[in-house]
Amino acid sequence: MSEPLAGAIGGPFSQGKWSMEALTTRAGMWFAMLVLALMAAALAHDAAFAAQMVIVAIAIGVALWWTLMGSQVDRFGNWLRPAHDEGKYDDDPIRWGVIATMFWGIAGFAAGLFIALQLAFPVLNFEPYLNFGRVRPLHTSAVIFAFGGNALIATSFYVVQRTCRARLAFPGLARFVFWGYQLFIVLAATGYLLGVTQSKEYAEPEWYVDWWLTAVWVAYLVVFVATIIKRKEPHIYVANWFYLAFILTVAMLHIVNNLDMPVSLLGSRSYPVFGGVQGALVQWWYGHNAVGFFLTAGFLAMMYYFVPKQAERPIYSYRLSIVHFWSLIFLYIWAGPHHLHYTALPDWAQTLGMVFSIMLWMPSWGGMINGLLTLNGAWDKIRTDPIIRMMVWALAFYGMSTFEGPLLSIKAVNGMSHYTDWTIGHVHSGALGWNGMITFAAVYFLVPRLWGRERLYSLRMVNWHFWCATLGIVFYAASMWVAGILQGFMWREYGADGYLVNSFAETVSAMWPMYVARAFGGLLYIAGAVIMVYNIWQTIAGKLREEKPLTTASYNAEADRPLVAQPAE
Amino acid sequence: MSWHSTYEFLRHFADSWGLLAMTLVWIGLAAWPFRPGAREHNTRAATMIFEDQNDGE
Repeated sequence: MSEPLAGAIGGPFSQGKWSMEALTTRAGMWFAMLVLALMAAALAHDAAFAAQMVIVAIAIGVALWWTLMGSQVDRFGNWLRPAHDEGKYDDDPIRWGVIATMFWGIAGFAAGLFIALQLAFPVLNFEPYLNFGRVRPLHTSAVIFAFGGNALIATSFYVVQRTCRARLAFPGLARFVFWGYQLFIVLAATGYLLGVTQSKEYAEPEWYVDWWLTAVWVAYLVVFVATIIKRKEPHIYVANWFYLAFILTVAMLHIVNNLDMPVSLLGSRSYPVFGGVQGALVQWWYGHNAVGFFLTAGFLAMMYYFVPKQAERPIYSYRLSIVHFWSLIFLYIWAGPHHLHYTALPDWAQTLGMVFSIMLWMPSWGGMINGLLTLNGAWDKIRTDPIIRMMVWALAFYGMSTFEGPLLSIKAVNGMSHYTDWTIGHVHSGALGWNGMITFAAVYFLVPRLWGRERLYSLRMVNWHFWCATLGIVFYAASMWVAGILQGFMWREYGADGYLVNSFAETVSAMWPMYVARAFGGLLYIAGAVIMVYNIWQTIAGKLREEKPLTTASYNAEADRPLVAQPAE
Repeated sequence: MSWHSTYEFLRHFADSWGLLAMTLVWIGLAAWPFRPGAREHNTRAATMIFEDQNDGE
């Protein structure tokens, strides 16, 4: 093989045919892994582990088939096999990532709509595989890790190549990152439905899935850092700082929060190293920074590249972006304890979490202002360019949810809001408004460029998507504010004799209209996403929709004539 | 400084010297782009993403 690292893992992406030895070695390796996976399934201590190992075996089987096929069959076109031309960017994993983002997005939104309807109509709890307790982590993981994660991996590979002016390092490893990450998603999702869970929020996958993700994530770090090292551009653009912080910190959080001892190497159960309040603190150190570094730093990286590119103006202040970066890094990591107010956690740690959360408000708004003011002198683009409008809306929601977050972290507020639906509303204004909108905008930016199309199929459909999503968020956030505040005050209402006035069931029935409104908001949001899928589908197919442009200067033919004095009648 | 227990030691270190060191490093890093003569470098860094107008395809 001419390129030793190409094709180290995975499909036939090296140029030309493999030697017979290389093919045999590769196929033999996949076959040995297939045998191991099937043995693990056969000897499994519980049915869920057996089912998961069958899924692993199927994935290995596909890889084996692909290895054998790819050695002789050449029918998928050259774009599947990058020619190792250092003069071209390696965009295949990015194209797959964009498609995966959309696929998992629809899956995750649909799961969310389903559980929203379950809360309003409990008859929809189909026991045991599709009850709320199992589908809810499926929804959160699908939207955060599958939709958001694929968007982050795809955009980071795009941005790091463009800003480093260098082709992606280790193409084989980059493909392993993409496919390995999809296997992680499938294992996590099927595991939840089978009842395999660590019961830690946003860290539900069990030990073997955690180990697999660790391997994938280290590969991701290696590809990203190696691309930065081989850069032709001396300065490392700030977006790459945010991506790197995201990758490194998530690696650290994931490993520490998943220090578990498996009961058996052939079973799905494990027990954590940390117990009690230490375990809770580690979990929320992880949980909050998953928000801070996965859903904030990573998506800010997207913001710092795609907003200036779409606006065709440099970021408002490069210096502010550096201040934003370091402040976010130094402050976010301490904010986790605000999830444990009024618990067994030492009081000073709770206060520390609260104080750092409030301080976080400043860098967050600094970043928002930096993004928004990038449009200085080009504000008309909000009217004429629906992609810019999505970006501005994303930044507005970034600002709103990073104001609401510090507010909710204040102990006095938290005493009322904690465990209520206000938290759910807060999370969704951030997730739907900020993460969703900036991802949609980045996908709309990327698709015509990645597939070499003149423009998107339809800009008017982007506009429809924007308004469906916006209305959906309004329904979602507003109903959850009302539901949360109602619930919080009903829970804490005491009568004259010192007894609680309301039973739990009474709060649930009081919130029913808001639950229906929330599900309607979710329906609007997914409707917007379906419009997007159609639009992107047609764009990739190379079609252009005949449509009226979004704005034209007004013209009145009637008035377009010289004024002549009219004779009196 | 108390050597009474690891917890006490780490806790006191964290809210004194640890906090001070971290604050100073943070201020240093955040102030770095404001150093004299950095303006040109910042402008170049901010506009660098437009040097590939055809997106390198």
